[in-house]
Amino acid sequence: MDPDERLGANTWTKSSSSGRDALKHLSPDNQSFTNFSSQQQKWEDSSFLDYRARIEQQFSEFGCPSENLSSVALGANIRTKNQGDKDNRMGETSEANNIRDWDPRGILNNLSFLEQKIHQLQDLVHLISGRRGQSASQSNELLVQQQQLITADLTSIIVQLISTAGSLLPSVKHTLSSVSPPVTQLGLFGGSMIPSGTGLDNGGRVVESNVKKVEDPSNEIDLIGNTGIEQNYVVEEHEFKDEDDADEGENLPPGSYEILQLEKDEILAPHTHFCTICGKGFKRDANLRMHMRGHGDEYKTPAALAKPNKESTSEPTLIKRYSCPFVGCKRNKDHKKFQPLKTILCVKNHYKRTHCDKSYTCSRCHTKKFSVIADLKTHEKHCGRDKWLCSCGTTFSRKDKLFGHIALFQGHTPAIPLDESKGSAGSSDGGQNNELVNKVEQIDFNVQSNAPIGRGFQNAIDGKGSVDDPASYFSPLNFDPSNLSGFHEFPRPLFEDSESSFSFLLSGSSEYSQKPGR
Amino acid sequence: MKKHKSIPESNFNHFNLLSEELVFSVLDWLNDNPLDRKSFSLVCKSFYVIESRHRKTLKPLRPEHLTKVLNRYPYVTNLDLSLCPRITDSSLAVISNARKEMLRSIDLSRSKFFTHAGLSNLFMNCGNLVEVNLSNATDLKDLAASAIAEAKNLERLWLVRCKCVTDIGIGCIAVGCRKLRLLSLKWCLGVGDLGVGLIAVKCKEIRSLDLSYLPITNKCLPSILKLQYLEDLALEGCFGIDDDSLAALKPGCKSLETLDMSSCQNVSHVGLSSLTSSTGCLRQLILAYGSPVTLALADSLQKLSMLQSIKLDGCEVTCSGLKAIGNWCISLRELSLSKCLEVTDEGLSSLVTKHRDLRKLDITCCRKITHVSIAHITNSCTSLTSLRMESCTLVSAEAFVLIGQRCQFIEELDLTDNEINDEGLKSISRCSRLSLLKLGICLNITDEGLIHIGMCCSKLKELDLYRSAGITDSGILAIGRGCAGLEMINISYCKDITDRSLISLSKCSKLNTLESRGCPLITSLGLAAIAVGCKQLNKLDIKKCHNIDDAGMIPLAHFSQNLRQINLSYTSVTDVGLLSLASVSCLQSMTILHLEGLTPSGLAAALLACGGLTKVKLQVSFKCLLPQALFEHLEARGCLFQWRDKVLQAELDPKCWKLQSNDVEPWY
Repeated sequence: MDPDERLGANTWTKSSSSGRDALKHLSPDNQSFTNFSSQQQKWEDSSFLDYRARIEQQFSEFGCPSENLSSVALGANIRTKNQGDKDNRMGETSEANNIRDWDPRGILNNLSFLEQKIHQLQDLVHLISGRRGQSASQSNELLVQQQQLITADLTSIIVQLISTAGSLLPSVKHTLSSVSPPVTQLGLFGGSMIPSGTGLDNGGRVVESNVKKVEDPSNEIDLIGNTGIEQNYVVEEHEFKDEDDADEGENLPPGSYEILQLEKDEILAPHTHFCTICGKGFKRDANLRMHMRGHGDEYKTPAALAKPNKESTSEPTLIKRYSCPFVGCKRNKDHKKFQPLKTILCVKNHYKRTHCDKSYTCSRCHTKKFSVIADLKTHEKHCGRDKWLCSCGTTFSRKDKLFGHIALFQGHTPAIPLDESKGSAGSSDGGQNNELVNKVEQIDFNVQSNAPIGRGFQNAIDGKGSVDDPASYFSPLNFDPSNLSGFHEFPRPLFEDSESSFSFLLSGSSEYSQKPGR
Repeated sequence: MKKHKSIPESNFNHFNLLSEELVFSVLDWLNDNPLDRKSFSLVCKSFYVIESRHRKTLKPLRPEHLTKVLNRYPYVTNLDLSLCPRITDSSLAVISNARKEMLRSIDLSRSKFFTHAGLSNLFMNCGNLVEVNLSNATDLKDLAASAIAEAKNLERLWLVRCKCVTDIGIGCIAVGCRKLRLLSLKWCLGVGDLGVGLIAVKCKEIRSLDLSYLPITNKCLPSILKLQYLEDLALEGCFGIDDDSLAALKPGCKSLETLDMSSCQNVSHVGLSSLTSSTGCLRQLILAYGSPVTLALADSLQKLSMLQSIKLDGCEVTCSGLKAIGNWCISLRELSLSKCLEVTDEGLSSLVTKHRDLRKLDITCCRKITHVSIAHITNSCTSLTSLRMESCTLVSAEAFVLIGQRCQFIEELDLTDNEINDEGLKSISRCSRLSLLKLGICLNITDEGLIHIGMCCSKLKELDLYRSAGITDSGILAIGRGCAGLEMINISYCKDITDRSLISLSKCSKLNTLESRGCPLITSLGLAAIAVGCKQLNKLDIKKCHNIDDAGMIPLAHFSQNLRQINLSYTSVTDVGLLSLASVSCLQSMTILHLEGLTPSGLAAALLACGGLTKVKLQVSFKCLLPQALFEHLEARGCLFQWRDKVLQAELDPKCWKLQSNDVEPWY
């Protein structure tokens, strides 16, 4: 049946306008509103069902209030889906923490490392003093940075020295070993560095192969596996708890650790292998090993250049902490309340989460965006359960979280769940029904049949069989109150609209014209 | 009215000499009676125009003429639609298109049939809305609340009983309506801590907040009490609030003046003491139906140095508690101990002797007190303006003489169900400021006493003589003669009253409520006199006045154009009389039980003809005699039906009524 014939043009405009109201209300975005109204013309010849479907579609699109998103959403989703598939294993990224396996032989390595460090520092001071002579126009800031760097290096050397000396005493041995875990060069690759990679393209595969590489030293497998799981857990935690809080408890005195700062490009590069000394990242372990040669002669030994061997000795090394390259960030070493990041993985995740665009959109809700794929994966596990929605598009699994968010941000407001707005589209139909009732009231009183007014009513009465004669039904009531007397002070609009239908029963001479005694 | 008519209408020049401002300032004084303005506008065309331009507020009876009405009154800014049961989205569209930015206030508290779409339209177009009442819109959901959030300038919002609105909707309002000063969320059962907390965080301007009966707990209280300007806080029936939460509120709200913690069962004196130490400005404290009024409670409230009024209705009261209240260093202005059955002469006496500045005292149903208390009250609280002591049954007749002798400033006096006699009334007649006098179920009074009242209390506005069977025509005649400003009178079950009384009362032109149930001698003639004389009559109860018939209805229908509510049960009115009432366009509520002469068809015609009906009480037998479609149609117009199946009851002896009075509320 053609809906136009059935409902009439008037109804159409009514219903569409009510729909428009609802939409306008849902999203104040004008552009999409005009889109919507341009579609409206098409509705005239589209079927009723189609109309409903469109409405729903519109609603679902309006559900994501960040407008730029809604238009690109589809394309972006396809993209993320592909990436999602590719990076399926991201969540499984295994990372082993520093292997705390202390060996007295490490002292020797330590000392040589210290020597090298002192050399480096010497070079640096030379360099600075040379430069200072060259240009006086050097910015203050740089000078301060340099000074800080030197001081930090010096203190780290001192700390290292003390720890090395202290490790000789049996009483402090244990505590110190736990504070500054000695790591061999090779153990470092096998342990903390390799699995920390979060490559975008083939990260999963690389990690896998790395794990295989490490498989030979049998007793290490479990350890890596375990730590890997732990790390996974931490990543999940990050979903709800920013890593800023994660190491809040750690209270390393400044200078007790070495600060490394990777450049932005380094952080965002899809590397899996990082130099523990300078932080530079590499796609391949072999390249890292080649790089390490530049850090000193000890890395040039055939043993060091060989594939990582788990049984290699570990050495006590300086605690390394990382700084975010973003100036002004709390994680940047120049920040007053600098809080270092623990691992390179932390650096990567922090930088992406905090300073990068969120380019991964959830393929289910099309609203939530992430910059770290692992976060997206974690979200997608829970997506759909987050029913509390803010106007900014953020969803929350708990209502109090949403209200905390709204209390915090200006202009954010709770969004009405989609099902209610749909339901209320139904209720606006209810309003339409009311309009119909109104019309019925005005034009003809008729609830069941299409007959015109008086007859309609009488029919209804007849149907019940409670009235004998329709014609005489109102006959004893030939009574018109408006004719009662001339006392009307104001022309009363009596029986003007809805009652007009009953004027037939109010016409005729008034039988009750007697005036009340004053 | 007559003054205006005396001006010759044909001479327009005289009126043209008057500047519009002058006429406006005359019109500013015509606020008491809506009919005055109508009369004014009918004087001549220029007056009509000026009146139309002057009017700022409008309270239409029917929504059908909204377009015309809004055209006629172009400067109306306040629209009260509480008399229009049926307001659809299209009505709201008419309003919003006609008024746009001019509309400042709208009241939809009794209306139905509008949805969030209409509200959204309204708030989009009328950006200057300051005051909105959406109470009783039980169907509104969060979507409507988010439509309200569009009204950025909103300052006062009532959402009483909007049960479907949840935290999400309130959150939208909190974010959108930052200027809110008054918010009532009473009975919004869907709103909890989170929504209320967000209101407190976002709407810093709030002065008045009603959170009664909300399922809120301790969590949202700290942020509420941080509101800098909060003056009025109602937490009635918030069971989730307990002592622990109040104890945590040490740095409380300094600006708070009124606090209502009625029926908060989990709050004891412990919580109250911590609350009072933090709210120093508190002037009014309402603790009705709460924890027992003991020594500890009284002591905990001692620190409130600004307190003027305290209500302890329905609390368990101990003598020591009352004595401790008496020892407060402040002097209370208002005290309510209504329904505190444990109040004794000893406690009350020691209390009132200390609080000599008491203006209002409510000791309703303090059944243990005797004339000793009354003697103390009248002795020390001589500036009392209101005394309510219904059902203080042990107080002897002599005590009431004291009231008249010592409390000359009394304006409100409720002596329902007491032993007062004519001597007492004669004494009370000295209180020339008396405006409200309730003498229901006072079986010892007669015309003699009432004549004194009629002669001396010319300011009387409200008189209740319900079941005071000793009253006859001569008493009422004195009232009609002496109390020209009478607005409400109840002469129900004063069996001896006849038409003479009504004819006399018809001189009280301000009378708006007349209840004369069970006065069998009253006829249509008396009613006609009332109809002609009392143009402002809006509530009429003539149940069981068997002698009133159609002849009474016709003048009523013609003259009482302000009639809203009528009870015709057990009268002799028939189809004709009922149908004639259709010309009363205000008529909203009808109770028509046991009308012998009523036929189904007559009833149907009357129901259809009375277009403004919102509530009809009917005999259940009509339900099957009339077509279902008729009821559906009427319900769609906004009319509710209440079906009653009461059998005819024989009238009880007045004495028997008196004996039952311990457990029966005399007011229906």
